[in-house]
Amino acid sequence: MSASTKALPTPTPETAPYWEGARAGELRIQRCRACTQAYFYPRPYCPQCGSADVEWFVTSGRATLASYIISERAAPGFDAPYAIAIVELEEGPRMMTNIVEVEPTPERLVLDMALEVRFEDRGEITVPVFAPAGQAVEA
Amino acid sequence: MSTGAVIIGAAETDRVGKLPGHSTLMLHLEAAHNALADAGLSVHDIDGVAGVSAPGPLAVAHALGITPAWLDSTSVGGTSFLFHVRHAAAAIAAGLCTTVLITHGESGRSRVGAPSYTRDPGSMPGQFEAPYGIISPPTMFTVPALRYLKDTGTTQEQLASVAVAQRRWSARNPRAMFREEITVDDVFASPIIAYPFHLLECCLVTDGGGALIVTSAERARDLPQRHRPVHLLGAGEASDAPLVSQMEDLTSSRGFRLSSAAAFEEARISVDDVDHLMIYDAFAHLPLYGLEDMGFVKRGEAGAFIAEGHTSPGGSLPMNTNGGGLSYTHTGMYGMFAIQEAVRQLRGEAAAQLPDPKVSVVLGNGGMFMAAATLVLGSDAVD
Repeated sequence: MSASTKALPTPTPETAPYWEGARAGELRIQRCRACTQAYFYPRPYCPQCGSADVEWFVTSGRATLASYIISERAAPGFDAPYAIAIVELEEGPRMMTNIVEVEPTPERLVLDMALEVRFEDRGEITVPVFAPAGQAVEA
Repeated sequence: MSTGAVIIGAAETDRVGKLPGHSTLMLHLEAAHNALADAGLSVHDIDGVAGVSAPGPLAVAHALGITPAWLDSTSVGGTSFLFHVRHAAAAIAAGLCTTVLITHGESGRSRVGAPSYTRDPGSMPGQFEAPYGIISPPTMFTVPALRYLKDTGTTQEQLASVAVAQRRWSARNPRAMFREEITVDDVFASPIIAYPFHLLECCLVTDGGGALIVTSAERARDLPQRHRPVHLLGAGEASDAPLVSQMEDLTSSRGFRLSSAAAFEEARISVDDVDHLMIYDAFAHLPLYGLEDMGFVKRGEAGAFIAEGHTSPGGSLPMNTNGGGLSYTHTGMYGMFAIQEAVRQLRGEAAAQLPDPKVSVVLGNGGMFMAAATLVLGSDAVD
């Protein structure tokens, strides 16, 4: 991938299952067995009830577009314009991401539009991104 | 009600804007000396020091020749100085120290002797935000705004009107970096930085500093009293998420709501008692969130309120009367300058002076809606 100049995360012990999941083509997050709350970002205690009885699960990969900006300034590995978005997963939690496979314009990026996860290979790390739902996955 | 604490010294650096001849530390020291002179005190009168790391209160105290008995380096972004004022009031009331110096200096534009901006790629923001091409506040702090606009029915014209209103104030302030009045069309004609934000809806990046001296109202009576003391009537602090994507509600700041409610309760005031308002404006959407979250207007009304001129000169709620971060100055951590303007207004020394304001409220933001604090300041103690 030419995307290797993009910033890469350094996984930590509590986040490793998330990044291992992305590598395997799965969007994995956590939920609490005590109160059933699904949550993100990864941490070993439920932020709603404080329980340590939490588990990883594979999400549906479906989300909606909660909010976004279109950056007109290039960043390392990103040519402007590109979309930085907050998406809301079907399971509830929100996450930051990029919207791909669509022209980054206000006309094409409509709030609440249906999205589905894609996985962007950046060499040693795979990063979840999102694309409009129902499109054929680009090769 | 009052906390019993007063601000007896307040000053900024000699100049703000482009100061390539000042290091970060020098900005702190110049601001500190100016505030001491403003209060008629020497470094030997100070026994508490607060400031954001780096360089932090220890380095500032040592450079000035102060031996502090109390230090506070609470560092939660640009609102930190409001936290310091609140903490100083509590420390003074508890007898931990008597007279606190709070300093800010930031070479935000020239980056002389400035701490690095680099973000640890193993931190939560480093892992879950930075990989998406988020390189600075303009591509991070702005992300929730479209959801706010949609859910509240606020228009992009109303968002632009925030910048227009503040230029009406900065036009009256000789120290402001941008002083030409502008229109909504001018805002729309400025380059798009991060849709829906144009350049004129993003804050300045400048060099500068400021400092405050806080003591008890009782001790102030025994000091030179070069100016009438400004009373801390109430204060509140709160936090939200360290990642903007995780803030509790994308259209409302938990920190704004909780800190203002606490401050208003301690001061025993309502929004109707407020003569002057400062809302931290790193970007044009912050005053919209602030007006609604503090209860000055109902949800969805802030855009029209500003566009109709109610926060402009002559309006019912004068806001950001120095021109704000959008037009006056914004070093990166603007909160110090918002407090300074509130003190000037209550003393009757502001460039765009209001007729005898009694109560000024300052809302500070830290990070990307990460932390907030509110100060209720008064020209008189209230029993």
